Amino acid sequence: MVTGTEVGGAASSPPLTLKSRLRRSIGPDLDGYYFILPTVIIVFCLILYPFCLAVYYSMSNAFIGEETHFIGLENFHYIIFEDDIFMMTVRNTLLFAVISVVFKTVLGLLCALLLLRIIKLRRFLRGAMLLPFVAPTALTTLGWWLILDPTYSHINWIFEHVWPFSVLDVGPYNFLGEPTLALGAVIFVNVWRGLPFFIITILAGLVSIPDHLYEAAEIDGASIMDKFWKITLPLLRPVLAVIILFSTIFTLGEFNIIYVLTRGGPMNETHLFATYSFTAGVLNHEIGLGAAIALFLFPILVVTVILLLRLVRRDSQYEL
Amino acid sequence: MSSNEMTGMTTSSGEALQENRVPIWRLRKAAANYIALIPYLAFALFPFYIIAITSIKSKQEINNLGESPFWASGIAVENYTFLYTNTSFFEHWMVNTLIVTTVSTIISVTVGILAAYALARLKFRGVEMFGVAVFITYLVPQTLLFLPLVDVINLIDDFIPIRDTYWSLILTYPTFLIPFVTWLLMGYFRTIPVEVEECAYLDGCSRLGALFKVVLPMAIPGIICAILFSYTLSWNEFLYSLVFIQDEYAKTLSVGVFTELIRGDIYFWGSLMAACLLGTLPIVILYGFLMDYYTSGLTQGAIK
Repeated sequence: MVTGTEVGGAASSPPLTLKSRLRRSIGPDLDGYYFILPTVIIVFCLILYPFCLAVYYSMSNAFIGEETHFIGLENFHYIIFEDDIFMMTVRNTLLFAVISVVFKTVLGLLCALLLLRIIKLRRFLRGAMLLPFVAPTALTTLGWWLILDPTYSHINWIFEHVWPFSVLDVGPYNFLGEPTLALGAVIFVNVWRGLPFFIITILAGLVSIPDHLYEAAEIDGASIMDKFWKITLPLLRPVLAVIILFSTIFTLGEFNIIYVLTRGGPMNETHLFATYSFTAGVLNHEIGLGAAIALFLFPILVVTVILLLRLVRRDSQYEL
Repeated sequence: MSSNEMTGMTTSSGEALQENRVPIWRLRKAAANYIALIPYLAFALFPFYIIAITSIKSKQEINNLGESPFWASGIAVENYTFLYTNTSFFEHWMVNTLIVTTVSTIISVTVGILAAYALARLKFRGVEMFGVAVFITYLVPQTLLFLPLVDVINLIDDFIPIRDTYWSLILTYPTFLIPFVTWLLMGYFRTIPVEVEECAYLDGCSRLGALFKVVLPMAIPGIICAILFSYTLSWNEFLYSLVFIQDEYAKTLSVGVFTELIRGDIYFWGSLMAACLLGTLPIVILYGFLMDYYTSGLTQGAIK
């Protein structure tokens, strides 16, 4: 690495300046700090400081337009022991995340395997499948809202008019009005939106598996299933682990789909941490409570980050 | 879905892809693959189709519940003219969204380039720690920050009036854009050989000179990717915009459509779907041209 630099100001030739001594202890590239300074400022002012503020709020009775007092762990005590909606939120969050991620993984793997084997139209198909992921979630979810609306539902129309459903007397369902159906509906839309991420990243993982492994297995007389379980899946495991962790953290923090489709209803039955925190903190002005609810995401975040850092680092070791 | 898959696999007799000298079993197998992909394709495109078809229906047609909702008998433009004459869709929301996405993308990519270059290339104490910190901030969900950020905005508002304007979004969007851009570009910068820069230094380039004249031109795919991602992420942002902005004329697309177009009466579907389509189109067009950058960024940002 070259050490000559003008960004820091002084030239670097004399051996005993303050600068060269700093270099010895800090590293050759002092100007690195200038480069990361804007990022550091933004992270401190707009991520770290707000985060500390959130921790403080969670231990206060902050309410819009009133004086804020420190009340210790009262909010957490209330949420955990007295708040039924919060218990429901925890249950929903677990169900939502686990079911969504399982479906996304399985369907994503199947689709990626299919896409891997085709040549014609591959680009078009890949592009079309990616659409749900790039389009604005709030707007496409409004489309799903119409599809699931009790009066205008396209699904109910099929149940009513299309054989064999029309004979079988299925539906009509109030998809967003019944708690179980509503939770199913938001999971469904979440799978729809998140699936492309799985398809594309798994496809990239599949492409990187060398062909000669399969060829060797074929010579040994391995069946398709053998090849899948003994070659594809083990070699795909690092990729799968990373995207499952990524998806978990983003699924747990999901706001848009829930808020647009159900707003946490009916009767607060489909809240996740994000929508419940929004309802408490913004709609009901109980900032302290809202902050406490959102903070429950933090331990999950920490665990995910630790796991991811291990995986990502191990990956990069292989590559370099 | 999976049951469809299985039937697709077994009934492989479908369309024959006529190509000479390819054994018939291979054609069957290929056809089976395509057929098995149809349910996926239908699943992915279904809501887009419904949004598009509903947006060109007249009110009467939408409310004629006996008729098939999957097809339109003609093309009505009334929903689009309604958006133009009766709402702030084009005049304010679209313009605001364009301004916010453009400015926050410029800020984030510029700041991200500098940080990524330092973290990928330079050697100074704490460089690893900063790298990890960037990764953590990339994963911090907006859910944790939207409540206290209201106060940060109010605090700044005492000096510069940004509350309830799109400037509050330009200020806050970089919080999730910069970590992502930095993380993405770190990967790209590492793939550029160090020797190229060393030559630049020997030719008398400063650090910034080497970055702009030598490294950036070689990292153009990565930069395009970073711009594309920043643009998409801020165009699609919903929560901050919903929380920070109440003024109808300062809203962005997603939030304006969601909060202003859903009315008490039941006749709003047509204009709502027209707005959804128009709000989605710019991103879809952009991505139609730059899909390869997008997919490479997606896999880079996530896996590497």
